[in-house]
Amino acid sequence: MIVAIIDYGSGNLHSAHKAFERAVRESGLNRAVRVTSLPEDVLAADHVVLPGVGAFADCRRGLDAVPGMVEALTEAVRRRGKPFLGICVGAQLLATRGLEYEIVPGLGWIPGDVAPIKPVDPALKIPHMGWNTLDVRRAHPVLDGIRTGDDGLHAYFVHSYQLYAENPDDVVATADYGGPVTAIVARDNVVGVQFHPEKSQTLGLALIGNFLAWRP
Amino acid sequence: MLKARVIPCLDVKDGRVVKGVNFVNLRDAGDPVESAVAYDKAGADELCFLDITASHEARGILLDVVRRTAEVCFMPLTVGGGVRTVDDIRNLLLAGADKASINSAAVADRQFVRRAAEKFGSQCVVVAIDAKRVSGAGEPLRWEIFTHGGRRPTGIDAVAFAREVAELGAGEILLTSMDRDGSKIGFDIELTRTIADATPIPVIASGGVGNLDHLVDGVAKGHASAVLAASIFHFGEYTIRQAKARMAQAGIPVRMD
Repeated sequence: MIVAIIDYGSGNLHSAHKAFERAVRESGLNRAVRVTSLPEDVLAADHVVLPGVGAFADCRRGLDAVPGMVEALTEAVRRRGKPFLGICVGAQLLATRGLEYEIVPGLGWIPGDVAPIKPVDPALKIPHMGWNTLDVRRAHPVLDGIRTGDDGLHAYFVHSYQLYAENPDDVVATADYGGPVTAIVARDNVVGVQFHPEKSQTLGLALIGNFLAWRP
Repeated sequence: MLKARVIPCLDVKDGRVVKGVNFVNLRDAGDPVESAVAYDKAGADELCFLDITASHEARGILLDVVRRTAEVCFMPLTVGGGVRTVDDIRNLLLAGADKASINSAAVADRQFVRRAAEKFGSQCVVVAIDAKRVSGAGEPLRWEIFTHGGRRPTGIDAVAFAREVAELGAGEILLTSMDRDGSKIGFDIELTRTIADATPIPVIASGGVGNLDHLVDGVAKGHASAVLAASIFHFGEYTIRQAKARMAQAGIPVRMD
């Protein structure tokens, strides 16, 4: 079983790679984790991970710049139904459009726009940076066994934009930051997390383990 | 609810951890990777490496430390010291740092902040501001930016500078009071609050922590989003858990995972 973490020039994938390897070890699953920019690796993988840091438009351009990658992703995830995890901007790319600096189309797998977080309290700092708990809107296998809610485990967020999903059912969890901020979106075999599981210690490793065991 | 962060800072010189007292009399306190792992386990919210290696040639040693740390630590890592170019930032991020902290280079050329944020995103651009109180008794409070470990005045107003770098795309400010650094008498609360209230981005308070109430004050009175300390943690005076327990007792939300 192969996990493909897609490398399209958006930041360092070293810690994501190591976190997935550790989650594999700790969950006793038999998975090889591969950081790759080859479309054929994505097609051959059993699980597909799309990370992303920086601006939406930059990430979209980076993804488009890898020949055949968007097509391979579409084939692997949309047609063959492989489990997919988007992380941070990799999750935002699931939206229809990104509105950061300029309007740029996303993958369109989760209808909605990526727009600035607007806390009700204007004194709240942007970016939403640091550790926050998750409020679950609907159960999802990636959250199995993870303590959520006010007394739950924490996830590490750092972002100024969020995915506003058109369909409320696509939102699995939110974080409270002067109002709900989208934390996890999901539809069918696709899940996206706004926070960084690879930087979220206990919660992060548990979520990665759940994703790797997930058979949608 | 978002939690206030507690961030231990490790001064690193030639690949080893040191802690300067007012930037002199450095003491060796061990291997940075081991220290990072210990802080990861102890519940630190982030970790900060400040490279104080004098020569730029020794850069490879730091990058190696960052790389080895990122392999074993699943928590956010900020690295500062000697970050002068977009390539310096790229190398740190590729080695596994999550954020790069820019200090003198931002003072010398503010547009560097904009270039860095455009290239890598605001989320990984921290501007480190070293400020010293320059107003006399009875005058309105004023702080000036100092560089070179607090030795060189720049004439730049710290509050105006903080606003400006936030505008240019900095994602966070690491604010150190050069009057308080190493003093153990607490943060410069007026400085912290003035800058935290004047900028829309998170401020990390630094410089002067001697006990746990100082950490409480940094958030409660200084309005900081995070508090950074070194020696009180490095030499075992207090644990991260004790720090968070005291903050929680004072009504500050903290992460106790």
